[in-house]
Amino acid sequence: MSEPALEVRFRGGGFVARRKRGVGITVFIVLVLLAEWGTRTGVISALTLPRPSDVALTFKELYESGLLFKHLLPSLSRLAVGATMGALAGIAVGLLIGLFSLARAGLVPLVAALFPIPKIALLPLFVIWFGIDEMSKYALIAFGTFTPTVVATYAAVDNVDRTLIRMGQSFGLKWRSIVWKIVLPGAMPGILSGLRISLTIAIILLVAAEMLGAEYGIGAYILQAGSLYDLERLFAGVVILSVMGVLVSAAIAAVERRVLRWRV
Amino acid sequence: MDLKLDHVSHHYGATEVLRDITLDFPSGQIVCIVGPSGCGKSTLLRMLGGLEQPTAGKVLQIGTPPADCLNPLTYIFQDFALLPWRTVRGNLALVLEDHGLSAAARDAIITDVLARTKLSEFADALPKQLSGGMKQRVAIARALAVNPAVMLMDEPLSALDSQTRELLMDDLIGLWTRQPFTAVYVTHNLAEAVRLGHKIVVLSRRPGQVRDIVTLNTPLAERAYGDAELEAQQQHLWALMRDEAAAADAELLNV
Repeated sequence: MSEPALEVRFRGGGFVARRKRGVGITVFIVLVLLAEWGTRTGVISALTLPRPSDVALTFKELYESGLLFKHLLPSLSRLAVGATMGALAGIAVGLLIGLFSLARAGLVPLVAALFPIPKIALLPLFVIWFGIDEMSKYALIAFGTFTPTVVATYAAVDNVDRTLIRMGQSFGLKWRSIVWKIVLPGAMPGILSGLRISLTIAIILLVAAEMLGAEYGIGAYILQAGSLYDLERLFAGVVILSVMGVLVSAAIAAVERRVLRWRV
Repeated sequence: MDLKLDHVSHHYGATEVLRDITLDFPSGQIVCIVGPSGCGKSTLLRMLGGLEQPTAGKVLQIGTPPADCLNPLTYIFQDFALLPWRTVRGNLALVLEDHGLSAAARDAIITDVLARTKLSEFADALPKQLSGGMKQRVAIARALAVNPAVMLMDEPLSALDSQTRELLMDDLIGLWTRQPFTAVYVTHNLAEAVRLGHKIVVLSRRPGQVRDIVTLNTPLAERAYGDAELEAQQQHLWALMRDEAAAADAELLNV
């Protein structure tokens, strides 16, 4: 008596993230082509969305007139200075909160109170405190970067493997050694993923900062174009911000690959 | 250097974990502590190394550790506790960096202990590249590097499979035979206890009390896998513990 032999159906697989090359760029190109086609055929009116090729032309003009770098360089320096100040202060305060119960008790409620304040609402205050020139722009960006970095850092410190810390204590390591050699490297993955968010917030705040009487800067350029309803220039500026976001994210990914090579 | 527990008792809140324990840990011997789960044997080990304070009683250190001893009471943990971002060599260097040794002296110690634990080829590997048995060998090498007066081993083989466990037991016996060390070895595995212990302390279920102390006189090197006499000792220990273990198991269900 032979039973019929049925092959067991494969039902594993799925739910596994696989690396797909080129899909991201394809989505982007398809969207741009769709907009181009829509604006050319009239399905999308010129008032709704500028034609991508016109935006590209505007961008070319901007580059050829030399204005691109005149706007880009001050923006980049504001972003670099402001974000660095905010991130460094944020990591320092986050470490304090993670390491000392007193700092935790005193600062966590303060950070929770500062976090939801729209930093843009404080523009006038920043002008009074730091003047109308660069310092107030740095301060605004730094302040916006600071709070998310603090939260990410102390959460990362809380997540450092306690058995490693106990190991350090049992071998009689100095307090400083435990912080530098065990806590800080252990918190690195969390700090870096926090920086991804806080540096993106810094780019958002760049535009806000340049509302503070800046003559040049990507933010200033966008604001000018916006108040004139010049959609081509507005979009050219927005594209620059997007590219900055992509570059920041790629830079952090590169740092992660280098610093976190030990991760499984 | 000897260690001594003098009438040690301990409570966690209202729960009494250990009751009036007095024990001697003579130098040059391996003392195994066995007992049903939750009897406070790991707590006892943490007290011996100063990671926890007993509610009552004292942990005493009798005599001074040798001068070249960098960390007299040194742990080996069940979960290895290696820094994943440091190589094997870096993990060993970690515990030597705070002692003001010259780089050459540190290197000499690291090279020596790596050779003793047969890890020389793996010096530049990261922990993630190593098997569980290799990781625990690195942890043993790290403990040997600080030249401890007493090694405090908290179920060091429990996270490993039974074959790796046999291999590592042979390694530990080899290390001890070449250069006897003092160790307190906490385990729930009676086979490990009869292979490695000169003295086996049996604790009762919670609150942990000393139920019996069994002394084994066969030299470590002569205790082979599946030895009939060891088997008999293991039976004896199991007879002592069986009811306690069953009661401890049932107790957990009633919580």
